Amino acid sequence: MLMLTCPCCGVTGEETEFTNGGEAHLKRYGPGTSDLDFEAYLFLRDNPKGVHFERWRHTYGCGKWFHVARCTMTLEIFGTYEAHVTTPPQEILAKIKSRRPDWIARIPGGGSE
Amino acid sequence: MSNRLTTGGRLLDRARQMTFSFNGVRMKGYAGDTLASALLANDQMLVGRSFKYHRPRGIVASGAEEPNALMNMGSAARFEPNQRATTTVLFEGLKAESQNHWPSLEYDVGAINSALSKFLPAGFYYKMFIHPRPLWKHVYEPFIRQSAGLGKAPQQPDADTYEHFYAFCDVLIVGGGVAGLQAAHVAGKAGAKVLLLEQAAHWGGRAPVDGGELDGASPQAFVDRMVAELSGMPNVTMRLHCMGAGVYDHGYVLGYEQLDQAVRGAPRHRLWRIRAAEVITATGAIERPLSFAGNDVPGVMLASAVRDYLINYGVCSADRTVVVTNNDDAYRTAIALKNAGLSVPAIIDARVLPGDSALMAEAKEMGIRVLMGQAVAKVLGSKRVRGIEVCAQAGEGAVLEQIRCECVAMSGGWSPVVHLWSHCGGKLVWNKDYALFQPDLENPPTGADGLPFVTAVGCAAGPITGTDFEGLSLFDTLRGAVEATISVCERQGIRLRDMPKVPTVVEYDEEPLHPIWLMPQGAGPKLRQKTWLDYQNDVKVSDVQLAAQEGFESVEHAKRYTTLGMATDQGKLSNINGLAVLAKALKEDIPQVGTTTFRPPYTPISMGAIGGEARGEVFQPIRRTPMHGWHEKNGAEWEPVGHWRRPYAFRQNGENTHDAVMREVRNTRANVGLLDASTLGKLIVRGPDAGKFLDMMYTNMMSTLKPGKCRYGLMCSENGFLMDDGVVARISDDTWLCHTTTGGAERIHQHMEEWLQTEWWDWRVYVANVTEQYAQIAVVGPKAREVLQRLGGMDVSNEALGFMEWADGTLGGFECRVYRISFSGELSYEIAVRAGQGQAFWDALMQVGADLGIMPYGTEALHIMRAEKGFIMIGDETDGTVIPQDLGLHWAISKKKDDFIGKRGQERSHMTDPDRWQLVGLATLDGSVLPDGAYAVGSGTNANGQRVTQGRVTSTYHSPTLGCGIAMGLVHKGPDRMGEVLSFPGTDGAIYKAKIVSPVFYDPDGAKQNV
Amino acid sequence: MILMGRSRMSEAVSALDGLVWDQGIARIEEVGPQGMITLRGDLGSGTIKDLATGVTSVDMPGQSEANCVADRGICWMSPDELLILCSYEDVAMNLQRIQKGLGDAHALAVDVSEARATFRISGDHVREVLAKLVPVDLSTEAFKDGMFRRTRMAQVPAAFWMCNDHMVQIVCFRSHAQYVFDLLKTAAAPGSEVNLL
Repeated sequence: MLMLTCPCCGVTGEETEFTNGGEAHLKRYGPGTSDLDFEAYLFLRDNPKGVHFERWRHTYGCGKWFHVARCTMTLEIFGTYEAHVTTPPQEILAKIKSRRPDWIARIPGGGSE
Repeated sequence: MSNRLTTGGRLLDRARQMTFSFNGVRMKGYAGDTLASALLANDQMLVGRSFKYHRPRGIVASGAEEPNALMNMGSAARFEPNQRATTTVLFEGLKAESQNHWPSLEYDVGAINSALSKFLPAGFYYKMFIHPRPLWKHVYEPFIRQSAGLGKAPQQPDADTYEHFYAFCDVLIVGGGVAGLQAAHVAGKAGAKVLLLEQAAHWGGRAPVDGGELDGASPQAFVDRMVAELSGMPNVTMRLHCMGAGVYDHGYVLGYEQLDQAVRGAPRHRLWRIRAAEVITATGAIERPLSFAGNDVPGVMLASAVRDYLINYGVCSADRTVVVTNNDDAYRTAIALKNAGLSVPAIIDARVLPGDSALMAEAKEMGIRVLMGQAVAKVLGSKRVRGIEVCAQAGEGAVLEQIRCECVAMSGGWSPVVHLWSHCGGKLVWNKDYALFQPDLENPPTGADGLPFVTAVGCAAGPITGTDFEGLSLFDTLRGAVEATISVCERQGIRLRDMPKVPTVVEYDEEPLHPIWLMPQGAGPKLRQKTWLDYQNDVKVSDVQLAAQEGFESVEHAKRYTTLGMATDQGKLSNINGLAVLAKALKEDIPQVGTTTFRPPYTPISMGAIGGEARGEVFQPIRRTPMHGWHEKNGAEWEPVGHWRRPYAFRQNGENTHDAVMREVRNTRANVGLLDASTLGKLIVRGPDAGKFLDMMYTNMMSTLKPGKCRYGLMCSENGFLMDDGVVARISDDTWLCHTTTGGAERIHQHMEEWLQTEWWDWRVYVANVTEQYAQIAVVGPKAREVLQRLGGMDVSNEALGFMEWADGTLGGFECRVYRISFSGELSYEIAVRAGQGQAFWDALMQVGADLGIMPYGTEALHIMRAEKGFIMIGDETDGTVIPQDLGLHWAISKKKDDFIGKRGQERSHMTDPDRWQLVGLATLDGSVLPDGAYAVGSGTNANGQRVTQGRVTSTYHSPTLGCGIAMGLVHKGPDRMGEVLSFPGTDGAIYKAKIVSPVFYDPDGAKQNV
Repeated sequence: MILMGRSRMSEAVSALDGLVWDQGIARIEEVGPQGMITLRGDLGSGTIKDLATGVTSVDMPGQSEANCVADRGICWMSPDELLILCSYEDVAMNLQRIQKGLGDAHALAVDVSEARATFRISGDHVREVLAKLVPVDLSTEAFKDGMFRRTRMAQVPAAFWMCNDHMVQIVCFRSHAQYVFDLLKTAAAPGSEVNLL
């Protein structure tokens, strides 16, 4: 069971206080967009084995959404960061690089690096 | 007959005798005994029957690894099966019964299975019970049910209580033997917050039994000193009777504590939910049996267990004990027995060594006969060992001699307890020199920071190879514990003030073991069929060999095919031996075959402990409205809606539920009814961008709603599907109040917050959930207005408060907000008052409306009245695949808006398909009630050969207003097919015929609600 | 904006009407009615701070903290939300004062006094009783005076803080009051001391 630190209230709590919200940094496609874009937005997810950017909500705590960079294989948490960004912050990316030198960044919301 | 020696037994309190019973026979033991030691003291070696062949089985071990001595314990509401006698502390009045025997332990009919054992090989169940099928029901199943299974299931609810406890520490140490104590001492002195768990009733583990000298004193003195010093450290917590059950991600560990229940009502078990920055496993090692024919006959025991019973409990397992071994350690048992004045006719040592080791020399000096290079060909006896036949280990079992004895003490070497290391991903390596799996330091379990968080110390770590030190020696154990704990502290940034010292140790040098996986090495089929690997599940060497022969090459497959290691002991004794046999059969090395997965818990834990406090009243939260107590006192039959309890109907004067519902509908339509609507969600949405935001949330336009007005709104998911509905009231220029469904308050609140926080975080909107601030009461029916007028305080006339309007005011002195909305088609007011005044307001309404026939009604009457009006219900007409357009709710979907949640989804071709099923009313031709969920059939079959369907029933009731069945349903092109008759086959075999009609059955013009 | 004033204050009933239990290792008491106002807005703004501290006469708490004195106090709920505690009788007055003070500022103040239930647990084992129900480190080193924690209590949301070393105050939703009371009773069963915290 994971331990997560909510960047909004500073609390480090166990997974049962939180709710997972799936892949992060999705771009919304609304009316006027193509079927392909809309499908990708609603249904297509990377589901990587390894580094994953995801959304979590501190459901039983401050109620705020935030982002987590996590390894889906080892469950290592590279960092948590605020919800109000469309791409992971530099320090999170740097942390991942230091821990996973071979990782090829496919940064959500920011294309390939 | 007593097997208790007059002296000895370091854990016994001989001053406190205790009486207990086994299979109804009264026996005596002492405080400090385990049930197993007390049974042995009473010469009760036979303790159970095996799972498959019902073979007689005796106590084998002295700890958690025991496979045989499983008991039904206690009675009635405190009955519990499968309790290990070896870990059950004896108490006065304990009642135990052996398991899996019929009619009695001594004479078991099922033992005939044993004679038939060649017909019950590995995979027997898979092979035999497939064909012929009729035999399954009449022969196989009754046979298996009678003979299989270990303990009985309890017949009564558990009378005890259980609890959880959340604990946090820097260093958690599992295991209170000398290694664990030493590790705790180092970490404790360094100032770490330490939690030390020991599953047994005593500190010190094996060391006080096995001897040696620590810091110039006995191991017991060392243990006593450690415990005393640790007890004085405020940063160290020590718990006995508390097993480290499982290690999970991010330093999560479960501890399973057995409590003494000194006070009535105190909990029985406590499940510790621990978060540790570092976990040290000091879980020791478990001795392995040897594989020889008849190694399951009662009286064949682990050498260490024989020693434990002797030294810890003053119990001699037999007068004459033969020791069989492939290592030096078992000589300690022979020496201890001899020292206690008991007979050791021989030590059978399968090894051939160039010279005598120190322990061997001592045994010989005491006059014990040592037979090198020899083996047990066969154990004599069935319910009890009578002797052994000796042969050469190198041969095929030609008998050299017979030796009379009543106990065989066997040792096949030791396996580190690597379970807790492995639970969370720690890998193992095979140590060839010591023939064991040990933690692979290169591949430890890693935590949230990606760094290792589990460290094995002592015997659990296995021998530290590549050093001058002896593996599994006392010195190595302590040195490893000190060094590993220093690293743990350093990793946690805990500074050691003084460098801890490793105690000086005096102990025997030991010669290494020789791996012996089968005795004798060339044992033929006859012997192999009597050579047990897994005692509890009756798996023999021949079974594993057969599995390999039949192609089960993966250890995980072979395990499941043979059931090796799948019993309640999870193969603590059998796994390594089984693996070695499998490897040999596959002609591979043991590490290539690998181990099966170690899964928590280490030993079974009670269901009660897992459930913790969540039983009875607090099994699940029940949400109560402010009028809950009144409903309860007034005949409410409850309907769970989420965690809420809502009255389904209020039964009066012995009427049945159906009659109550009919009465409630009729009374509401004729007079006036009261509904507790407090559970409906109420969300305040405020801010300069609130209108824009609500236009996105709802399919219809909320920004144009005038203050003082209400509007029914629909909310869809991004997929386009309808997810909630409710009435929205505009409170002021920048404030709206949104009602949600009963189950929807939290969900819709979160839905709004999610969009505000993660998509439109620059929009200036705040949302607050004020659902529970108010008690909300619907006053419904033609006399509703009169009731309110009698209370007085505000103008509730149609002119002052028209349909779909709201107003603040007072009624009968209660500050309130009144919404003129209707879910029944009647004149209706929903009135919100402060929750704390809800009951008083309800009472006031009941009082002033008494002579008008005011009565409460429940959710079923609510449902019927809304169905009579053709109003949809989320969860009935919707199921997550229905869009508002399917329900004829086009009028509530704004065409002017560029966007709203779900708009894009509803534009997809499948959603605009004219072939979608759409909402209609359904009227049965004979007035009966359509079965709920029934499908309307079409002609022909589909590609799967199933009957074509063309619609289904979503809501169906008997309408007391119309005096017939009414229903709604989704039907293929339904609205275009008015008057057509559909057929609905029921599960009762009948075909129900219903005509497609308008879903509005009652007052289609809305004249009644708009008065 | 005024969301309902109040009359008939004498009839205010808390969820469990002051239920008390002290047959176990801690005393459990439902207290109330307790005045509570949810205040959402920019917590960095001087206006919000002044209003919150003005009506409560306590200092502004930091992140995940609470400053409470008797029935007055401010609890930090989230980066844009405070829970203002005041006497039940003063809620309407304080709400009016806050709303007036906010003027045109984008903020939300609502009375939630009746939406909640409040408990006080007292005795030598309060930390242990709580630690059986919430996944929070309640050791004295970790959970100190002035801290405010929102979390999961068994299966429902709850928030709590230490009034002193022997008393904890818990706030939960009103509809959960009986459940929380029963939970606390279970956790405080006689003979269930952990003797750790």
